[in-house]
Amino acid sequence: MRLTGMQKALWAAAGIAVLAYATLLRDTDPSPGIVADAPFRPTFSLPDETGRLLSPSDFGGKHLLVFFGFTNCPDVCPTTLAEVAQVMDDLGPDAGNVQPLFISIDPERDRRLGLADFTAAFHPAIIGLAGDAAQTRAAADSFRIHFAREDDAAASDGYTMSHSPALYLIGPKGDWLRQFTYGTPASEILADLRSRL
Amino acid sequence: MKALAFSAILTLTASASFACETVTLGDLTIQNAWSRATIGAGRPGVLYLEITNNGGTDDALVGIATPAAGMPMLHETVVSDGVASMPHAMAVPVPAGQTVALAPGGYHGMLMDLTAALKEGETFPVTLMFQAAGEVTVTVDVLSMRAEGPDCADAGQ
Ligand SMILES: [Cu+2]
Repeated sequence: MRLTGMQKALWAAAGIAVLAYATLLRDTDPSPGIVADAPFRPTFSLPDETGRLLSPSDFGGKHLLVFFGFTNCPDVCPTTLAEVAQVMDDLGPDAGNVQPLFISIDPERDRRLGLADFTAAFHPAIIGLAGDAAQTRAAADSFRIHFAREDDAAASDGYTMSHSPALYLIGPKGDWLRQFTYGTPASEILADLRSRL
Repeated sequence: MKALAFSAILTLTASASFACETVTLGDLTIQNAWSRATIGAGRPGVLYLEITNNGGTDDALVGIATPAAGMPMLHETVVSDGVASMPHAMAVPVPAGQTVALAPGGYHGMLMDLTAALKEGETFPVTLMFQAAGEVTVTVDVLSMRAEGPDCADAGQ
């Protein structure tokens, strides 16, 4: 196919418009799955509490339910983990096809306080991952999520964390499928998973 | 001081079943006070409850105190631009004629420096300080870590 100069200019303009739109979406919505046709495959390489290094490909084609949080968070984090636990219970036999992951954005303190005990208190299926600072930042960047340490003299240990509180669903091939915003009821997450399994 | 506070908790919890207590202070009614169990005392606990202002004047919850924690504070979880943080709240407004909840994802009591682990099935006292109405002590039910709220439909029984 030969393109006239005019056609080339139009295609170029369309391309720029798509890029601009994608940039706009990315700036206004942290969920990037919708902007590109190419699959978005966020990744991580993080140790569990036993030191075993885990990546998305280590979960045998399960759907991954990924939450970034920290265990010194008594409000937002338990609420979401409780919902994940409820979803896992309600999935019944399908629960074997879903792997919930809790990625610590406060890994040093969480390792010290014990991550596995914390996740197990919600559901035995949840795996807690806590890497070093570089691994943690790389995972968050890959998921395009925000977290930051905020110094606060009135907080435990003098700091607290701010973080994206959503729950992310990754498909069996590692593709980003969607996010569930904070406060999405367990029943809604369950229905969505059921439609995919 | 800590030992004394701790024994006070034990005394209270000895007779604990879910209190689902309703307490009144002037025009204010406080109910459904609950907390989540903790693993050990190294992480902060949380406090949730509901305050109804049946009167004609606005009030505000301005502070909390409890033997269960060395540093209890009022916090508000704020999600803005997809990022959650929980700044200190100077006061929780309790407008006339309204019910205000300290609830997951919003205002909460942040119980830092716990005296002891909070165990499911126990209770502990929290004193609420209001700008106008003064102080009142409520009994807080410790629910499981997975709890999303108390089952107090039959409150007042
Ligand atoms: Cu808080």
